[in-house]
Amino acid sequence: MSAREQPGATEPDEASGWTAAVRRRAVRALPPDKLLPDTQPRYMASWIYVFGVLTLAAFLVALGSGAVLAIQGPAWWHTSGIGHFFNSLHLWSVELFMAFMVIHLWGKFFMAAWRGRRALTWITGAVAFLGSIGTAFTGYLAQQNLDSQWIAVESKDALNAVGIGAYFDPMNFGQMLMWHIVLLPAVVGILIAAHLLMVRRRGIVPPLPLPGTDTDEPEEQP
Amino acid sequence: MPTIAHAALAAPVDLNGPGHYLNWGVIQISVANLVVIAVMVVVFLAAVLLPFPKGRGRK
Repeated sequence: MSAREQPGATEPDEASGWTAAVRRRAVRALPPDKLLPDTQPRYMASWIYVFGVLTLAAFLVALGSGAVLAIQGPAWWHTSGIGHFFNSLHLWSVELFMAFMVIHLWGKFFMAAWRGRRALTWITGAVAFLGSIGTAFTGYLAQQNLDSQWIAVESKDALNAVGIGAYFDPMNFGQMLMWHIVLLPAVVGILIAAHLLMVRRRGIVPPLPLPGTDTDEPEEQP
Repeated sequence: MPTIAHAALAAPVDLNGPGHYLNWGVIQISVANLVVIAVMVVVFLAAVLLPFPKGRGRK
């Protein structure tokens, strides 16, 4: 009986193939207790550490309310009471998403959260922020009112001036709607997922060290 | 009759009419946006300064 067949035996993962290689690499980078920890460092007991998960919660509400709007369509969200409610829910969840994200950004900037090999975590967060601005912009263009027409006409000149008007045309309603409900949410969602996995891998960034101390990692960060 | 406080708060947050804008050189910002930014700064400072309730499961 081989080691693989013995119940309870510690089996070395020596399987070949790309799936096994990906599995070994994923488990090495993010073992289960690191991916889903049940404790957090003591320095996390501060309200400023709450704004990341608040941003995530608002993002999920925006995705959910946006999915309901997509299923029911504009004739529903413009005319019925429940449609107005979900339309407003989508707007206000995005307002909170942007506000929480900016406060999260301020907090991480002032604690220099790119320390401890966390540069890519910082960069994915910054790019997700830029992608969120694009998503909000195309959302304004999808309102189907005078506001959206005004914004489309004003912004086309800026986009033409930087040479991308032929590929990203705010006057093209169908194209803007597809960017808003397919491409940009996918980009922002993938960036947020990558951001969260990097946070799990490197751990929550500790506060800046006090003057005179020589370390900024009070907790062990393997 | 609206109170003074109601009247003072109603003007900056009324989004159903023409916006109120502040100008400072090349910088122009609506009062509504300025109020939102001020609220965000207040929330940020509160998050930094207010004590967090101690919970279980912290190393």
